[in-house]
Amino acid sequence: MFKSVFKNDKYAHYGYIFILPFFIVMAVFMVYPILNTFYLSLTSWDGGVSSPDFIGFKNYGRVLEDIRTGGIFLKSIGNTWIMWILNVIPQFFLALALAVLLTSKSFKGKEFFRAVFYLPNLITMASVGALFLFLLDYPGGSINNLLIRYNFRDEPFNFLQSVWASRLSISTLLTWMWFGYTMIIFMAGIKSIPEEYFEAATVDGASKWKAFMNITLPLLRPIMIYQVVTSVIGGLSMYDLVQVLTQGRGGPMNSTTTMVMQVYRQAFTNNNFGYSSALAIALFIHIFIVVFIAIKVIKPHQVD
Amino acid sequence: MNTNLSTDKKVKIKVIREKQKMDFTTILIYIGLFLLALLCFLPFYIMMINATHNNASIAQNFNLLPGGRAIANYTTMSARVNIWTGFRNSLIVSGGGTALLAYFGTMASYGFSKFKFPGNKALFWVVLCTMMVPPQLGIIGFYNVIVKLNLMNNLLALIIPMIASAQFVFFVRQYMDGTLHKSILESARIDGASELRIFNKIVLPLSLPAIATMGMFNFIFSWNQLLIPQIVLRRTNVRTVPIIVANARGIYQTDYAPAYMAISLSVIPVMIAFVFFSKHIIGGITAGAVKG
Repeated sequence: MFKSVFKNDKYAHYGYIFILPFFIVMAVFMVYPILNTFYLSLTSWDGGVSSPDFIGFKNYGRVLEDIRTGGIFLKSIGNTWIMWILNVIPQFFLALALAVLLTSKSFKGKEFFRAVFYLPNLITMASVGALFLFLLDYPGGSINNLLIRYNFRDEPFNFLQSVWASRLSISTLLTWMWFGYTMIIFMAGIKSIPEEYFEAATVDGASKWKAFMNITLPLLRPIMIYQVVTSVIGGLSMYDLVQVLTQGRGGPMNSTTTMVMQVYRQAFTNNNFGYSSALAIALFIHIFIVVFIAIKVIKPHQVD
Repeated sequence: MNTNLSTDKKVKIKVIREKQKMDFTTILIYIGLFLLALLCFLPFYIMMINATHNNASIAQNFNLLPGGRAIANYTTMSARVNIWTGFRNSLIVSGGGTALLAYFGTMASYGFSKFKFPGNKALFWVVLCTMMVPPQLGIIGFYNVIVKLNLMNNLLALIIPMIASAQFVFFVRQYMDGTLHKSILESARIDGASELRIFNKIVLPLSLPAIATMGMFNFIFSWNQLLIPQIVLRRTNVRTVPIIVANARGIYQTDYAPAYMAISLSVIPVMIAFVFFSKHIIGGITAGAVKG
């Protein structure tokens, strides 16, 4: 609105001074590290005082070799996708249903439920991970005690030692942590739909379900695309919860190791900083392709 | 549908019909919602309850009422981990970083919003692009930079980078575009105020609502961070709360009671903050998302 006011005026160059500190920090701590990670991916480096040795694309050869032979990185790609999908499907359905319910006019207590559903998302993920590591413990964790006390099970169950139970535990926790957030986003989207559309539908005798299918859902599409894209970026770079819940091991037998965990482990546990950088770049390319496809696939079907 | 009825009547009849069948479904819906709300809170409740029991009681029972071991558990917990050092470190990092961001981030927003210098649009586009990049991408390079700058185990390694928040600049610039009038700046210039003085005395206070919203978000984001602090803070005395909590299992093993105490202490401040600021926090989420 007021942007064009100072066009061609003598004050314009002050703008550079004002944005300078921000750009210096961005260049040093954000842009350079990314470029440097790319350079390091072409080297062999143990992270110590010795300088990195340039070795060309050997690390990328190793990444491809891992993928070809079904190594841990390939496994981590599968794990991350499995845990993300198992979390995002129930999360989106639940969030959408709740958003429709909580935005309906006759509904009382909207603010209370909105706040409580959002609570798990606000709590530090590391704390949630540590908390459930103890709650899910075997045999004396509180969840086992709960299941036994109310006769859901006779024996304690070792959640974090079974491949699918541990994956499902992580997905369930992610759904639990994120449905409130997604619900809030969807609620904002629903509220931005003009009220007259719904009034017109009611006057025409359309049922609530029809109004949902023909008004809410199509008009919510842009918000849903946004939500899918941000969720896939966050999901594919999943780290905190799994790292803490599996104590950095991604157990059992690497069936919950995520891509970022593998990047971290290669650098800071195995001192393969070059290979780790190549994995980070591979992860980036992976995310980039997925986001690109997601936008391309969803857009053409968009309702005018 | 009876076509003889006017639309007005149709609507009225529909409303009456719906009111009649609502009662039962409404009760069911509310029961479901309360159960879900319970599910959101229960794990944290159990956590706090367990923090007041002893190991044997936690391992053998499912406790729903508080016990009397809180102080004993706190003593055992403190013997192995100083969580208050963690709080101090976390506060310095998140507080210091947010303060720097509030100043220099607002400065950048102001530069983009009110100065039509060549390259304004292109540089702003660069800022937007960095929003798309997951922060985990450059961790190895980031580690390398921190080592080279000799900032390992230094809280500054987490504080200074907080200035580079693209979301902050995007949001605050948008706020300034709509609220900060050129006439105020012009009259200040006529009065002979320097550009920096105008920024400090006029722009900064007038943008406070937007700065507060985004500052709060960046504070929370920084407070909850684990991966980057884990990489640059290796020494025990500089660890932030999430790093300490992430190691709780390694430290306490099956010593449940003090572990629950440590985790509870890490969670309670966030919960208290949420009780006071929940409306602002939730309002802020939507402000960022709907425009995106």
